[in-house]
Amino acid sequence: MNIQDYLPALFGGGLIGLAAGLLLHLNGQVAGISGILNGAVDPGRSDRGWRWTFIGGLVLAGLIANITGSLRFTPHDSHPLWLLACAGLLVGAGTRIGNGCTSGHGVCGLARFSRRSLTATLTFMAAGFATVFLARHVLGGA
Amino acid sequence: MRALSGLLLGLLFGTGLLISGMSDPMRVLGFLDLFGEWDPSLAFVMGGAVLVATPLYALAQRRDKPLLDACFVLPAAARVDSRLVLGSALFGIGWGLAGYCPGPVLTALGFGIREPMVFFGAMLAGSQLARGLLPPR
Repeated sequence: MNIQDYLPALFGGGLIGLAAGLLLHLNGQVAGISGILNGAVDPGRSDRGWRWTFIGGLVLAGLIANITGSLRFTPHDSHPLWLLACAGLLVGAGTRIGNGCTSGHGVCGLARFSRRSLTATLTFMAAGFATVFLARHVLGGA
Repeated sequence: MRALSGLLLGLLFGTGLLISGMSDPMRVLGFLDLFGEWDPSLAFVMGGAVLVATPLYALAQRRDKPLLDACFVLPAAARVDSRLVLGSALFGIGWGLAGYCPGPVLTALGFGIREPMVFFGAMLAGSQLARGLLPPR
């Protein structure tokens, strides 16, 4: 284990934290992606503008990275479609019910010392660990 | 101005996701694979993010209002309830199945492959379904 291997992770994380901090400072909003997306799509909202441009920024970042060929990993399809659909449904429903995701609870909530977010983070982490354990080491999938 | 700020910060956030490797579902699954070939990268991503966000959050909240809007929009709920735990558990399961969560899948839409698109569509559907079924607090 070389600390140099983890510098991109640390640096990238820092950028995420910076973006979240600035979003609060400038727009007064929490950088919880599930919440931003829900607020952009749900009926009856009056604050869609910044939400759609933020979402656009996320997609654009990926597009630029893709076009410039600067990704360190090779994105490829690696799961059956039915599994992706189930996973997506669970993530969509779960983040709605739990009112947050890795960015909302795991970054912003922890940055605010929120007990709710700590509970949420520990819970989804545990669920994630358990799911991968079952999928890879019990059921023998990938 | 709020929209411009949104765009730039979305770009910044997305760049962070991509550089950190969090946009790579295989890397995420590697972190969640505690009993396999464990990749601790994600811990450094979240650590770095929280390390930077915490003082910025403290600074921001000293203001009476954000720079570009009339008030802060912060979560009002304080109680840890069953909804929070159930929702987080469901989210964690979905996350562990494909290695995608909302932020990374949005950046992944720029890759031009099928997976994130299917996940994203299902994610929207799941969210709207839950919204329809959830009793108001």
